[in-house]
Amino acid sequence: MNAFDLTKTPLREANAKLQSLPADTNEKVWHLNNLHGEHACAVGLTQPIEVHVNGHIGYYCAGMNQNATVIIHGQCGVGVAENMMSGEVRVKGTASSAAGATGQGGLLVIEGDAGTRCGISMKGIDIVVKGSVGAMSAFMAQSGSLVVCGDAGASLGDSIYEARLYVQGKVESLGSDCVEKKMTPHHLAKLERLLKKAGIEADPKKFRRFGSKRNLYNFHVDNVDAY
Amino acid sequence: MSDHSPFHTPPRFSATFDEHSIAQIQRAAATGIYDIRGGGAKRRMPHFDDLLFLGASISRYPLEGYREKCGTDVVLGTRFAKKPIELKIPVTIAGMSFGALSGQAKEALGRGATAMGTSTTTGDGGMTPEERGHSTKLVYQLLPSRYGMNPDDLRKADAIEVVVGQGAKPGGGGMLLGQKITERVAKMRNLPVGIDQRSACRHPDWTGPDDLAIKITELREITNWEKPIYVKVGATRPYYDTALAVKSGADVVVLDGMQGGTAATQEVFIEHVGIPILAALRPAVQALQDLDMHRKVQLVVSGGIRNGADVAKCLALGADAVAIGTAALIALGDNAPALEEEYRKIGSTAGAYDDWHEGRDPAGITTQDPALAARLDPVKAGKRLANYLAVLTMETQIIARACGKSHVHNLEPDDLVALTVEAAAMARVPLAGTSWIPGQGGY
Ligand SMILES: Cc1cc2nc3c(=O)[nH]c(=O)nc-3n(C[C@H](O)[C@H](O)[C@H](O)COP(=O)(O)O)c2cc1C
Repeated sequence: MNAFDLTKTPLREANAKLQSLPADTNEKVWHLNNLHGEHACAVGLTQPIEVHVNGHIGYYCAGMNQNATVIIHGQCGVGVAENMMSGEVRVKGTASSAAGATGQGGLLVIEGDAGTRCGISMKGIDIVVKGSVGAMSAFMAQSGSLVVCGDAGASLGDSIYEARLYVQGKVESLGSDCVEKKMTPHHLAKLERLLKKAGIEADPKKFRRFGSKRNLYNFHVDNVDAY
Repeated sequence: MSDHSPFHTPPRFSATFDEHSIAQIQRAAATGIYDIRGGGAKRRMPHFDDLLFLGASISRYPLEGYREKCGTDVVLGTRFAKKPIELKIPVTIAGMSFGALSGQAKEALGRGATAMGTSTTTGDGGMTPEERGHSTKLVYQLLPSRYGMNPDDLRKADAIEVVVGQGAKPGGGGMLLGQKITERVAKMRNLPVGIDQRSACRHPDWTGPDDLAIKITELREITNWEKPIYVKVGATRPYYDTALAVKSGADVVVLDGMQGGTAATQEVFIEHVGIPILAALRPAVQALQDLDMHRKVQLVVSGGIRNGADVAKCLALGADAVAIGTAALIALGDNAPALEEEYRKIGSTAGAYDDWHEGRDPAGITTQDPALAARLDPVKAGKRLANYLAVLTMETQIIARACGKSHVHNLEPDDLVALTVEAAAMARVPLAGTSWIPGQGGY
């Protein structure tokens, strides 16, 4: 088993090793142990390896991930999987604010709750949250899907562009230009696929779908209160 | 026969309700929407013209032009980066987005800067292969919108600039109107074609200096601690912003004054938020000195830099280099008198054209219209920029030699005096012919 004890190995060394593995590496599974809330852990990975973050972790864990699977066996700080491009990041615990911020691809699964601004400015990433998300989630969300099995906090999807939001529980309030939309068979199928991919059991039919009313797409003086 | 009395006074225009103010009221009343434009603050304000160099005298010896060396090189990012950026001249090209500018214009900027051994900068919207290909030194911006942000490009960059704000609009986000959102621009930004883009004004995943420090660490971790990390701020509270950028781990602080250009922002924002670079420079240098970081964390300043005298004055006041935006566009061909007829057609005139947000630029620079953009020959425009950069550098050297300096960085505040009390107070140099620095010592 490949493992780093972060009380003995500096994070820089562990990150550098994980970042420099060749595409054809046979060292496919890694464990990071004895963590103390380090920031920028397992960031900038590029190869299809599996990294287990065995403990609670700080900001930007798995930031800008490409191809790797990162599994966090604990809680994580702000901006987990920020700007992720591809691969999978799974948080077994809860995630703080800005989870999956600006993510462009790949799958982020949060098995607990996520804090405020989950999926802020998301650009193509799929995010599945088993619990609830905080206020201002999917703010300015551009594309991709955010699935919330629990509740969503205030101002969900404020100033949203083309992202798709699915919520099973209560929505405290919708943000500017975010509206409930019809759940078509196409969207149901997509949601079902996402839940399955995330390994989360839920009935897609119990979800509601939200998206952009597209009223703010071109500035118009009559909408001035919404800006 | 005249129908007014012989004592009729001629019509008098108001200094308060001047032509521009009246036109703004009329436009607002007719349209119900604020004015948007490109460029920087246009009103007169304290600037480098209000400073003069003293030159050599009996107590100081000048250097001989051409024969005696006057160095111009500058190294940025010596604090933490494994690979600092080495520039041959103390003038860099500021961040201007592909989207705001045409692909041809970005290529021309790269060509001109590369010919002179200096760097260019990406902008809101990501990195294009054209600009990477034509710029030997390219700074990659991390903006609040994160449009086009990509770890592959991050690793391809020579430096990374975290943009907190811009001088033209400190506290404001970007703006790119629908008419400039072509398929390519839309794809790079992950948005539908033709919609107005409101780039965020705050970063999505950090707030405040403690978070910024962690963000910078993440960027360094992703790029093997190789690349210099710049932090760009609009000039508002330069002493604290510089100190906080240093505290957050920046290698370089970029300070942009309110004259600094923008591609598109509300006129009221451009003209009324932020402070001029002349007022911002000394507090920023003071912060670096107080932290014993002057020349260790480099300071790049911008906002209304036009000629070698401006460059020399920035360096004398303590900057390590300057950045140019508007002047670089003019060098490429923006606002050329030869295009007067076409500027007239779109309601402007050469020298005043600033509707860069509309995408109808006859010079082919601030546009995404393929036919207009094709008018700009990137090779010729790049050559013009290189010429201009060469002149800026020579002019800076002329002044430095006159002050007896063998390197442009040896210019110092002692070489300067001010023409106005305001400039003396802001630049912290004496009013010409006196030893009076307003606000300092005994007054
Ligand atoms: C057309 C244009 C586009 C710009 N785009 C950006 C941008 O994307 N990001 C940024 O930080 N600054 C941007 N700026 C500001 C410049 O980086 C720089 O701060 C400013 O132009 C310097 O002042 P100057 O124009 O007086 O030289 C832009 C400026 C112009 C003129």
